[in-house]
Formats: sequence, structure tokens, C-alpha cells
Amino acid sequence: MNCQKISATLLFAVAGFAVSPSAQAKGELVGVSWSNFQEERWKKDEGAIKAALESAGAKYISADAQGSNEKQLADIEALITKGAKALIILAQDASAILPAVNKAKEARIPVVAYDRLIQDSGVLYLTFDNVEVGRMQARAVLAVKPKGNYVFIKGSPTDPNADFLNGGQREVLKAAIDKGDIKIVGEQYTEGWAPEAAQKNMEQILTKNRNKVDAVVASNDGTAGGVVAALRAQNMIGVPVSGQDGDVAALNRVARGEQTVSVWKDARELGKAAATYAAQMAAGTRPADIKGATLWTGGSKKLAIPSVFLKPIPVTRDNLTLVIDAGWAGKAQVCAGVVAAKAPAACK
Amino acid sequence: MQTLLAKAGFDARFTSLVLALALIWAALAVGTEGIFLSPRNLYNLSIQTCVTAIMACGMVFIIVARQIDLSVGSQMAFTGMLIAFAQTEWLGAETPFAWLLSIAIGVLAGMLLGAFQGWWVAYRGVPAFVVTLAGYLMFRGAAFLVADGQTLAPLSSTYQRIGGGVQGSIGPGWSWFLGLSACAWVIAQVVYARRSRARYGAVMTPIWADALRALVICAALLGFVAVVCAYPDPASAVDGGAPQGKGIGVPVLILVAIAVALTVMAQRTRFGRHVFAYGGNPEAAMLSGLPTQRVLLMIFMLMGALAAVAAVITTSRLNSGTHSIGQMAELYVIAATVIGGTSLSGGTGTIPGAIVGALLVQSLDNGMVLMDVSSAKRQIFIGLILIAAVWFDGMYTRRQAR
Repeated sequence: MNCQKISATLLFAVAGFAVSPSAQAKGELVGVSWSNFQEERWKKDEGAIKAALESAGAKYISADAQGSNEKQLADIEALITKGAKALIILAQDASAILPAVNKAKEARIPVVAYDRLIQDSGVLYLTFDNVEVGRMQARAVLAVKPKGNYVFIKGSPTDPNADFLNGGQREVLKAAIDKGDIKIVGEQYTEGWAPEAAQKNMEQILTKNRNKVDAVVASNDGTAGGVVAALRAQNMIGVPVSGQDGDVAALNRVARGEQTVSVWKDARELGKAAATYAAQMAAGTRPADIKGATLWTGGSKKLAIPSVFLKPIPVTRDNLTLVIDAGWAGKAQVCAGVVAAKAPAACK
Repeated sequence: MQTLLAKAGFDARFTSLVLALALIWAALAVGTEGIFLSPRNLYNLSIQTCVTAIMACGMVFIIVARQIDLSVGSQMAFTGMLIAFAQTEWLGAETPFAWLLSIAIGVLAGMLLGAFQGWWVAYRGVPAFVVTLAGYLMFRGAAFLVADGQTLAPLSSTYQRIGGGVQGSIGPGWSWFLGLSACAWVIAQVVYARRSRARYGAVMTPIWADALRALVICAALLGFVAVVCAYPDPASAVDGGAPQGKGIGVPVLILVAIAVALTVMAQRTRFGRHVFAYGGNPEAAMLSGLPTQRVLLMIFMLMGALAAVAAVITTSRLNSGTHSIGQMAELYVIAATVIGGTSLSGGTGTIPGAIVGALLVQSLDNGMVLMDVSSAKRQIFIGLILIAAVWFDGMYTRRQAR
């Protein structure tokens, strides 16, 4: 065997390595940097990422930045030092994360921007379509109440998703607003997505409008919980309220008829996708060449970022069985305290 | 002005605080075209104030003793989660008296958290700032672990009434009864005080001043009762009957009970004297043989118990336990306490002051939402008020010393 042939074989082997990620990822470290673990869903994401990495033969290492931009920078440096071959980053801030992303780039480590945007065209942005979530929330509420006084309970002012969501909500309601069918009578951000803040804001909005509120577009299930508590105090249960995340408490409200919709983003799907793409990118696939990736320019800096958007599912009382069948929530929890006469199909 | 107030037996600091509150209310009433002063909003305001006010009562003791507790928000989150967990997972929400037992568990847990912090501060000499900063992190983390970050709901239907929502008030009859009784007690106190002063030949405050003070307090009490009774209960008109007045909310009753108990504790008990003596001069207190370590331990335990009570009201208002409750609560509580005239250099502070301070902070928050002011601007305003209050306090103290 001559030299040329050996190198050709080697080259072939390397190429073969690169196209089959599961073979490549054997024992590779994939680092995950979490911004915080505050909401119940991240545990589910973590479980899915771990499982998918394990089945691909890669190893999971992680760090939790506890909501601090500075700590996240240090975390990512540590993950790189530990020898991560790919990074999955849930960024605390879309721009403040950039120095860390640049470090990863220098070390030629690919980055998946997980669920939250990173303002850099070199990463793969993977998320549920948040504008679509907003659209689904507004659509579900609009279907129940096509006319009347609407309230927006928006997310945290520091989270870009809050504005994406509100953008989608407004987009759906725009025609009705322009026609004068729908009037926006109140609108507040919710500091830190805190339910108690949403409750206080809703109480004030109800007071100001003398209870003349016909529908509430709330941006997630936590804030929806605060809104429903404020409505209950005014004996206004039944006013349409939207939410998202598929929290068990919210699904129970949907079953009881206190909340109209909870847009469900199956965190396990997202985690699985992130792990798969991270393994592929560790093997050399460029972000733009990932299957299903499109160039997205919707961020505030208008960069063309390769992105994959997963589709969320609006869960209403008509399709509650979906979350139960998927093993996301138990039937007993979802149907707790539901009156038999008014029970949705899922609880019968 | 000041000498006149002093001669009449009015506390100048408290009077100016109430005047500042009146000014802010007037401004908010104008800004919201009167909605701010509507019975309904004042009822809501009274409920919204309670959580901050209850914790501010405990913070008075902490700050008077020259300590600080930065962990109250995290204590709230942890005890709140524990209460919700006890109800939904251990006992079953609708089991009779499960709600009562869950509250006991929460308050006990709060005292344990306080005892932990107090032990490090009192017996190991670690500065309270550091210990409670650590507590701020630890208890928030512990709150997450209670249910792995899940929201726990729904809670017991009896428990929900504690939050002042549906059926969360005592109705007009009892409200007037309590209001009038309190009034009678205030008048009796004034008469009693005058008699004993006369008996011992002490300097008498002018009778008009005493009468005026009793009149102002009674007017405030009965005015409050009248306002909350003028707010028709949204639940009462549904059955076709005439709408009934809402009356005093349960959280307000809890706050009043705590405030009275703690005021008595501060002024009449040995423990209260020890706290103020220690705050006034820690070394002197120690040299005179006061059990300073035990006193410190106990004030942190008291604070923990009050944080648990605040958690009870918050979770019952929300009808769910979430581990994100109480974010920034420590800042609002400390702000309320300081605005209420408790001096950061220790030794002075009053419970009523702290409650009015909490009312002032919450009024700004409440009124500005009615005016559609964004949360960012609200924070700026409250921050400015805090600086102004401390500046005023410093000026006042310097003038007193002169």
C-alpha cells in the first residue's frame, strides 16, 4: 500500500466520521450553559438533552448561571476549558453573551442558541416560534371573544421573548383593533414574570376599567395564574385568559374552564433537537447546513442567523387529552376538582 | 411648628410621614381622576399593603437592633412553597384543618430559618449582612427544590379566604363593630393616660391636643371601615340580592393583630426593652448583663415567622404556591421600614411608622399602574422616595441633636 492510498483511506475515514454524528460523538463532551433554573420546565429540558446526548454517545456537562450575565461568561469559559466540543447556551441576555460566544468561536466550538436568541450569525438559533406562540394565544382568545375590551399582560421587560410574544398577539388582533371591534384597555409588563406582580397589575386594570374587561391575553401560565386570581376576586371567572408552557396548574385551570388556552411547547422536543444538532455540529456540520435550518432576520440587530423553529401546540379544553397521552401531565392532576357536569372530554 | 407639635404630644416624625402620605394620595387621586380614592381601589390597596407591612413590622426589630435581613423574600418563597406542598401533596387540600396545619408548618419552618440565621449572627459573630445574603441565595434555592420548580395549585378553599379575595372579608356588621370598639378603646386610653398623669402630677398635654389626637385616629379608623363597607362585594350581587358591602379584609385583620401584639412587645415586655437597649448601645447592653445573643436569635426567629405569615397571604391570594414569590420583597420591606422612620443607625423605630411606610410604597405602586406608568418608571419613583425619606430622617436627627 503506498502512501497516497493510505492518506486517501484516512481522508475517507475522516469524512465518514463527519457525516455520521452518532459515530463521531462517542464520548465527546457537550457543554450546556443554563441562565437559570427558575421555572419548572428547565428540568424537563435538561432531562431530554441528557437522554438524547447519552443515546448519541456524548457526555453532558453543565453550569447554571443563576440569572447573572457575568457568571454565565465564566461558566462558558469553564465549559470550554473542560473540553466541550459543542455548546448549548440558554443565554441570560442576547447581547451580553457575545464575548463568551466569541471565545467559543476562537476555539472552533459550535454553539446552539437554546430557546433564547444570541445576536450572532455564527450560531444555530433553536427555539419554539415565539411569535407563533403569541399568535396562537391571541387566536384562541379571539375565537371565544371576537369583540370587546382586551388586556395585555406581557412578560418580563428584560426578556426579548416578551416582545416577540406581544408582536404575535398584536398581529392577530390588528384587524379587529383597526375595525374598532377590539379595544386595548390595559397593558403592563410583568417584572420578572412574577405571578404576584401580574395579579396586582390586573387588579389595577380591573379597577381602572370598572371591570369592563372582556378578555385577557397573558403571555405565560404564571402570569395567567395571577390574572385568574384577580378575576376570581371580582367574580369574573370565565373571562377568556391565555397562557403558555403547559404548567400542570394551568392545565388544571383549562380543565376547570378558568383559562382558555395554554400554548404548549414540549420542552422535551426542544431538548432532544438541541442535543442532536449539537452532536452534528460537533462533527463539523455548519449551522446553515442543518436540516430544516433557515436564515432568520427578525432579531433587533437584523442579523441573518441560521435558525430552526419548532411548532408549539395550543392546548384548550378540546384537546387536553394530548398532554395527558404524551405523559406530560397526569390525568388526576389535570382533572383535579373539575365538576363532572362541566368536565371536558379529557376528564370523563 | 415643631415646638407646637411637641407641646401637643404629637410625634413630629410620624406626623410628617402621614402628611407626606396624604400629599401623595392627593397627587395620585388627581392623576387617576379620582379612581385611586374609590372604595374598591382602597380596599385593594389595603390588601396589597399587608404583605410588605407585616414583614416591615419584623424588620423594625431587626433594624432597631442594628441588624439587617436581606433574605425575607426568599424566606417567603420557601415557606410559601412548603405550605402549598403540605396542602397539595401531603395532606390533601380539602382535608379538614389541613390548611391550619399547613400554616403551622410554614410558620415553624420560618422560625427555623430565622433561628439558623440568628445563630450564625449571634453565636458565631458572622455579620448579619453576610448571613442573610447567604440566606437570600440558599432559601430561594430551597424553595425551588420543594417541588422541583413546579407551581402547586389549587389550595384549600378555606385557605383562599385568608387572602382577602372571594369571601375574604368580614362583612359590614363585624367591620363596624370592630371599628367602633377600636375607637372606644382609643378614647379610653386617652382618658386613662390623662388621669394617671394628673394623679402623679406630671406635665399635662393640653386637652385640645388629646381630643384632637383621639378624633384624628377615630376618624381614620371609622373612615377606613366606611370605605371598605362602601365597596360592594362582587360575589354578593350574583344571587339577585342587593349588593352587600365587603368590609375589612382578612389580611388587614392579621396585620392589625400582629401590629398590636408587636407594639405591646416593643413597649411593654422585657424582650422589647432589650432589643431597643441593644440597638441604642450594644456594648452598654452587653456590659449591663443583657442576654444579647438570645435577643438577636429571637428577632431573627420573629422575622422568619412573619415572613411565613406574609407567604400565607401571598399564596392564598394567588391560590397557588410558586417559588418565584417574594422577589425584591426584601427591598420593599427595608424601604418601607426606613421610610417609616426606623433609623439605620439603630435604637429607634416604630411599628405604626413601618406600616405607614409600607402603605406609602404600595400606594405609589398601586396608583402609578392606574396611571399606566411602566414598571421601570415606577421603580425609579420608589427609589427616589426612599432617598428622600432617609435624607429627611438624617436632617431630623441632626436637628434633634442640636
